[in-house]
Amino acid sequence: MADPMKIRANLVGDSTEVKVLMNHEMETGQRKDAQGKTIPAWFIQSVSATCNDKTVLSAQWGPAVSKNPFLSFKFKGGAKGDKVVITWVDSRGDKRTDEATIA
Amino acid sequence: MPCAFAQSTVDEIAKYRAALQDGNPAELWEARGEALWKQKRGPKQVSFEQCDLGLGAGVVKGAYARLPRYFADADRVMDLETRLVWCMVKLQGYSEADALKNPFGSGNEKKSDMEALVAYVTSESRGAKMNVALSHPKEEQMYRLGEKMFYFRGGPHDFACATCHGEDGKRIRLQDLPNLTGTEGAQKAYTTWPAYRVSQGELRSFQWRLYDCFRQQRFPELIFASDASVALTMFLARNANGVAFDAPAIKR
Repeated sequence: MADPMKIRANLVGDSTEVKVLMNHEMETGQRKDAQGKTIPAWFIQSVSATCNDKTVLSAQWGPAVSKNPFLSFKFKGGAKGDKVVITWVDSRGDKRTDEATIA
Repeated sequence: MPCAFAQSTVDEIAKYRAALQDGNPAELWEARGEALWKQKRGPKQVSFEQCDLGLGAGVVKGAYARLPRYFADADRVMDLETRLVWCMVKLQGYSEADALKNPFGSGNEKKSDMEALVAYVTSESRGAKMNVALSHPKEEQMYRLGEKMFYFRGGPHDFACATCHGEDGKRIRLQDLPNLTGTEGAQKAYTTWPAYRVSQGELRSFQWRLYDCFRQQRFPELIFASDASVALTMFLARNANGVAFDAPAIKR
């Protein structure tokens, strides 16, 4: 299974700032290995974030996103102590869900 | 205007690093390293929490800022990696060959536990003032050996570390090279390793930095955790004394 994400969620003014570091190879499918064989594409395809079971972010990603991606976004309506849950699904169907509490 | 050009390049690279500082993927290595540190591992099923990095068994906070140092139990001057290998052998019951295996990671297939442990331990010294002592004769000896190696010219290119790192304002392509003979250069360089190398997508330790410098000089391979690697680390760490340690960092 994939390694955990690192999530920080902080209330700034009236919005919540979320910063997520994900652990992923993000292979584009364009690179070749030492033998000249194409390394198959393998990347995060969808990312979603919920706060109190309400979706606050839903994204579709492609192979142009960097390895070990960093995602930062803000949403309105969070309160201290609320849980932010992030889930990603990659092109192999692997998924990972982690959560953080808004501070 | 070659000078102005070089200066603006340095500034632009500094801006690039600042932009990436928030959300440094090195944190992923730190988290994995912390889990490895606390996990019961090896044939003896012991965690690193019994491992003495110089400040007492299991004390990690600030330990890296005082390494390398002389350890009486091993009768040897050790840097962090050498000490971790020693703990893996003596404490956790690994064979020396197993402990030395895979010091540098390569992608998802070949993750290095050593680099993760180094990321965790060094992160616990962030903000600690570099304070490497030369109080034991063996520490002094190690420092002198490192100094000698730094200026030693050899290999097919007749290179020394000092060839690239002995003057201000030298570059490889657009990358400015620190002058490691001065205090300021040594401080700036030593306190910003380990670092997440964006171009490699890997966290790299100081042992790796030395290993790759040897490769770039076309020197024989620098053996991981050897006295030669500890000596050079000792020389540079000691020269960096007096400023706060500030890594794992992020570099191009």
